[in-house]
Amino acid sequence: MIINGVVIDQTFAEAFPMKATRVIITAQTEKWAMISAQAMSGFATSVIACGCEAGIERVLSPEETPDGRPGVSVMIFAMGGKGLAKQLETRAGQCVLTSPTSALFAGIHSDKPLPLGKNLRYFGDGFQIAKLIQGRRYWRIPVMDGEFLTEATTGQVDAIGGGNFLVLAESQPQALAACEAAIAAMQQIPNVIMPFPGGVVRSGSKVGSKYKTLNASTNDAFCPTLKGITRTELSNEIESVMEIVIDGLTKSDINQAMRVGIQAVCELGADQGIKRISAGNYGGKLGPFHFHLHEILA
Amino acid sequence: MNPLTFTSKYIPQQRVDLSPLVYQQLKNLTLADIAEIKLQNGKALIPVSELFELSGEDAQHIVIHSSHDKLDFIGKNLIGGKMTINGDAGAYCGLGMKSGEIIVNGNVGIFAAAEMKQGLLIVNGNAGDFVGAALIGNVIGMKGGMVLIRGNAGERIGDHLRRGMILIEGNVGDYCGSRMTAGTIAVMGKTGRYLGYGMRRGTLLLWQKPLTIPATFNDCGSHSLAFLPLLFKSFQSLNSLFADSNYQFNRVQRYVGDLAENIGRGELLIKL
Repeated sequence: MIINGVVIDQTFAEAFPMKATRVIITAQTEKWAMISAQAMSGFATSVIACGCEAGIERVLSPEETPDGRPGVSVMIFAMGGKGLAKQLETRAGQCVLTSPTSALFAGIHSDKPLPLGKNLRYFGDGFQIAKLIQGRRYWRIPVMDGEFLTEATTGQVDAIGGGNFLVLAESQPQALAACEAAIAAMQQIPNVIMPFPGGVVRSGSKVGSKYKTLNASTNDAFCPTLKGITRTELSNEIESVMEIVIDGLTKSDINQAMRVGIQAVCELGADQGIKRISAGNYGGKLGPFHFHLHEILA
Repeated sequence: MNPLTFTSKYIPQQRVDLSPLVYQQLKNLTLADIAEIKLQNGKALIPVSELFELSGEDAQHIVIHSSHDKLDFIGKNLIGGKMTINGDAGAYCGLGMKSGEIIVNGNVGIFAAAEMKQGLLIVNGNAGDFVGAALIGNVIGMKGGMVLIRGNAGERIGDHLRRGMILIEGNVGDYCGSRMTAGTIAVMGKTGRYLGYGMRRGTLLLWQKPLTIPATFNDCGSHSLAFLPLLFKSFQSLNSLFADSNYQFNRVQRYVGDLAENIGRGELLIKL
C-alpha cells in the first residue's frame, strides 16, 4: 500500500490488555487545571519503569465539567488494577490535592470503583466532610487555599495499551514534523492518550538485551546509525525513525487514532521526506490485540 | 393504565393507618382485594372500601383524592412507585420510605420522611415538626433521599438526620438541625431559635441570617465553597426555587459547631 508516496508496510502493531481510568481535574482557570494535569501525568510514559502510562486526553470547557469550571481530563493506564489504584492515589495526592484551586472528579464510571478521595480524605485530619450528591459521594478536605473537593471514587475499566506506528523519514526534522502533525490530529480523538513526551517516542525498544538484567533494549533494527552492522529494517535513505504509542479504552478507539495519525503523516507525503509507515510487534506472541496497518487504512 | 385511585368518602373521627396502601403491597392485588384490606382506624379495623372509593389499576402510581390530615403513615416503607396525595396528609408521611416518590399537594403532619432511607418526598404545602427526624427514642433519622417542603416547616427539622437532603423554601421553627449526625438541610426562609442544637456533623445551608447565631458555633469566616455549585446542580430537576439560578450562590459565612457537643463539626453556611 502506498499513500501519497508513503509506503505502508504490511505489518501490524501488537498491543496488550491494560486497566484504565479517567479523572477530571478542574481549577479556577484552564491554566491551573492544565498545570495540575501535567503534574499528574508526568513521569508516566511507559509501564516499563513508571508504573503506569498517563496522559492528558483533552481540555474540557466549563459546561463539560461537574463544577462548571475549566477542566482537563487525564487518563491513566496500568497493567493491573492494584497498580492502577496505587498510581492514581499517589498522583492524585501529590499532584492534584497540592495544586492551587483544584478539584478532582471521576471521569469514567464502572462497577469497579477506584479510590480517589476515599483515602485522600484522611489528609483532612478529621475535619473532612462527606457530601452525597445525586448518589455520588464527594469529600471536602480543608486545605490552606480553601477546600479541596474530590469525588470519592472513579471507575476502572478494561483497556488496551501499546498501539503504535513508526514514521520513517529521510531526516530527523522531517520525522518530527510528521509526528507533530499526527499528534495534533490524534489529540482530537476521545478515549486515547499518547503517553510519551509530546506523544512521540524516539527510543523504541525491542524485548530483551545482551545484558541479562535488562528486559528491553534499543530497537536496533530501526536505528539508522546501525544500518550497516545489524539486521536492519531500514533502507539507505531512511535517516530517522520516530514512534507514536497509543493507549486507548477499546480497539476501535486505537484503530481510529492510528488511522487519523497515519493519514496526517501521509498528507505530508514523500515530498516532505516521509518514506514509510511501519509498526512495532513481537511476532504476535506478546499481545492479543493486533492492529494491521492495511486494515486500518482500508 | 390509569393510576390506582383512592377517593376519600368522609373524614373519620379517629386517625387512620394507611401504611398497607403502598406499591409493594398492592402491585399484585385486584381492586376487590384492595377494597377488603383492613385499615386501623382508632381501635377499629375497617375495610378500605368503607373509607375510599376505588378506581384505576396501576399500583405503580397511587393517587389519593380528597386526602385529609387524619390519614397517617401514607407511603410508610414505600419501595418503588409514585404516590400523589391531593389534599393534606397526616403524621408519618413517607416514614421509613426506601425508594419511590411521594408528592403531597397539601400539608403534611409531624414526622414526615422520618427515618426515610431513599426516595423523594415533595410537599407543596407546609410540614409539621420533626421532618426527616428519628422517631422518639431512636437515634438515627433520615438516612438518604430528598425532601422538598415548598411551604413552612415546624420544629426539630432533621433531628438526628444521618444523611440525605431536606430542602425548605419557607420558614422553619426552633431547633432546626438538632442533633444532626450528617446530611444537609437547606432553608430559604427564616429560622427559629437553637439552630443546630447538639449538631455533630452535617450542613445547615441558610439563605437568611438567623436572628442569633448560637453561642456554641464559632465563626470560621467567609468562603466560596466548591461543592455548592455541585449541590445546586443536583436540584435542577426540581420544580422549586432551589432550582432557580437566581437563588443559588457559592459565597457563605461559615460557622462550625455545636461545640457543646462532643464532635461539634457541624456547619452553618449562611449566604453572603
